[in-house]
Amino acid sequence: MKKILTGLTVFGLVTAGALGAALAQEEHSAAEPTHFPIHKPTQESWSFSGPFGTYDKAQLQRGLKVYKEVCSACHSMDLVAFRTLEDLGYTEAQVKALAAEYEVEDGPNADGEMFTRKATPNDHFPAPFPNHAAAAAANNGAAPPDFSLIAKARSAERGFPTFVFDIFTQYAEGGPDYIHALLTGYDEEPPAGMEIAEGTHYNPYFIAGKSLAMAKPLSDDQVTYDDGSPQTVDQYSRDVSAFLMWAAEPHMEARKQTGFRVMAFLLLFGALIYLTKRRVWSNVAH
Amino acid sequence: MSGGHSTYTPKSGIGRWIDARMPLPRLVHDSFVSYPVPRNLNYAYTFGGILSIMLVAQILTGVVLAMHYAADTGLAFESVEKIMRDVNSGWLLRYLHSNGASMFFIAVYIHIMRGLYYGSYKAPRELLWILGCIIYLLMMATGFMGYVLPWGQMSFWGATVITGFFTAIPLVGTWIQELLLGGFAVDNPTLNRFFALHYLLPFMIAGVVVLHVWALHVVGQTNPTGIEVKSKTDTVPFTPYATIKDAFGMIVFLAVFAYFVFYIPNYLGHPDNYIVADSLKTPAHIVPEWYYLPFYAILRAITFNIGPIDSKLGGVLAMFGAIAVLFFVPWLDTSKVRSAVYRPWYKLFFWLFVANAIFLGWLGSRPAEGVYVALAQISTFYYFAFFLIIMPVLGIIETPRRLPNSITEAVLEKNKSGGAGHPAGATASPETRG
Ligand code: HEC
Ligand code: HEM
Repeated sequence: MKKILTGLTVFGLVTAGALGAALAQEEHSAAEPTHFPIHKPTQESWSFSGPFGTYDKAQLQRGLKVYKEVCSACHSMDLVAFRTLEDLGYTEAQVKALAAEYEVEDGPNADGEMFTRKATPNDHFPAPFPNHAAAAAANNGAAPPDFSLIAKARSAERGFPTFVFDIFTQYAEGGPDYIHALLTGYDEEPPAGMEIAEGTHYNPYFIAGKSLAMAKPLSDDQVTYDDGSPQTVDQYSRDVSAFLMWAAEPHMEARKQTGFRVMAFLLLFGALIYLTKRRVWSNVAH
Repeated sequence: MSGGHSTYTPKSGIGRWIDARMPLPRLVHDSFVSYPVPRNLNYAYTFGGILSIMLVAQILTGVVLAMHYAADTGLAFESVEKIMRDVNSGWLLRYLHSNGASMFFIAVYIHIMRGLYYGSYKAPRELLWILGCIIYLLMMATGFMGYVLPWGQMSFWGATVITGFFTAIPLVGTWIQELLLGGFAVDNPTLNRFFALHYLLPFMIAGVVVLHVWALHVVGQTNPTGIEVKSKTDTVPFTPYATIKDAFGMIVFLAVFAYFVFYIPNYLGHPDNYIVADSLKTPAHIVPEWYYLPFYAILRAITFNIGPIDSKLGGVLAMFGAIAVLFFVPWLDTSKVRSAVYRPWYKLFFWLFVANAIFLGWLGSRPAEGVYVALAQISTFYYFAFFLIIMPVLGIIETPRRLPNSITEAVLEKNKSGGAGHPAGATASPETRG
């Protein structure tokens, strides 16, 4: 039996050693890294994080403005209907006016012809390109991804043990943290010796490589804010990331509010059941 | 069901009338009210009940989701998003269903571990154990096909990789793969048949659950001491004792479930599944759902050829073998003592097995390169060694601790010494896992 114990200890040590080696191996050369993103995104503070998080409507409105004036030139948002923008604090009339800024294709009419008309609240954001191929052709071969779910479709790997703590801290903002980091991450120079493919732009926060086909989309004072918020790349990135989180998870507030009620009920009910259980079992040794 | 001595006495005229014609109320009474259960069951024993309510929850949420879901490659992704955005409480339904699948697997893993710890598979419970293994297999198939339905990138590529395993089987492999896919690649026919089967299998699971519970009620439950019930003092009636304890276990479990659904609903999912399936764009790392990861690690650990078996077939055999071996556990364990409580060495190897299985799961989420492969090989070796070497050998060479004469004696002994440090103290470990 002693032998078994020694065997186990050796097994444990070998495993630990190998693990160390695995982690050491992940340290890659600076010029030609093999794991991405090169830098992990920083964890920002968001109004919508945590069990009582809510969207900051003013921020979502600013984010929408950034999307409309900058990103929408390239990125579609197929799944988001104008009517849902009332969540951002706009009135029905404002949403109607906002939708009417866009033209959508409709038809066929009685003569069998397609026609364009002003969008109504029931329409979705029209896409900037007629199809995937056109989008790719206009952007150096890489089609800009649709924005409807981007905030849930990207998240830099958290690694062990952070991913365990994330359960308890309720970290669910990997998407907006990533987008914010990506948009503000263009200013770094690539390390000496790194080759950047033509038509792509170095960004150490990009999840899938060292550079991407999107050039730095934002610069200071590019979008005019009328609520006095700072007109900086950092603020724009923050606002558009929050807006994209809303676009991906429009019912988040309802979810967390329902969650509070459900948890409170389960805790109370659980406590009562527990006391009953104690009563029932009090006369039986077990 | 409970072995003949029914204590049911219908109270009303209607009750007597029904009892004489179709004694369903008697069956329910004998199975869930007067049914005797060992008095010393801990919370590890509440997971059977938890699994039953999870199955019902999956079927209920699933049926409503199916009312809004469109099984067509051009529509599936958007129909799921429509559920999330426009269907009343659709987000709730869908998060309940996707997280419910994960919770279902957490519960089944604890349930299986409970069985391995207390020796629940030993005679006369072999069939009960095998029926459980069949349920687990059906659950794996159901979960896999369900994950394909939202038609995201991981749905598509997971299905491509997993159906690809079958091509490793000599002679009939390609035929099986094409039968599964309904073509040469994952496409609309695949999605349609997966939806049909995903709808069907849970009801087959429900059928096997009935057999499982039937078998259980013939042989009775085990208990932490592993000693069979000998006298009436060893048991308490199911209601109110087990009912109330199970109810408490379920509520705690539901609270964990709710925590995931309402606060971190996408934690257990993969971000890539929010990207619509694209057959031209392979994701950087294709990973299955977390509950398959240990088996995925075993599959990829076989990187070498063994005689005529090439590494690909070897991996597939190892992966299916890892599940198949569960079916033989009743005959692999040679110990005369049932419960790990009285088997100090088995207890140690058991907890190592649990740690190793979790480690395998983590390895399954890593890329199969460098040192991860070697680690997966060591872990895979221990996984099989536990069943094929440790179980048979340990049963012969281990000296178990002294067994109490009966459940009642064990309970009284434990209560006498009071709180911690009592002989059956080891039962406390799985207990805290409830
Ligand atoms: C001139 C066109 C253009 C504009 C304007 C633009 N993008 Fe992009 N964007 C792209 C292209 C092209 C890609 C694909 C890059 C690739 O995959 O190499 C992309 C990719 C992205 C990605 C995904 C990166 C990944 O992880 O795959 C995000 C996030 C993003 N853009 C955010 C934005 C935001 C926010 C804005 C507005 C502030 C914006 N983009 C404006 C062209 C644009
Ligand atoms: C054993 C019980 C079941 C398990 C383990 C299970 C598992 C799953 C899983 C893992 C998914 C993917 C979740 C996602 O990422 O969105 C899914 C989706 C789905 N399931 Fe089930 N399921 C079960 C029962 C059922 C039943 C009985 C039905 C229908 C009658 C059903 C209908 C659906 C539908 C329509 C989807 C696609 C919608 C969606 O993705 O949310 N399920 N299931």
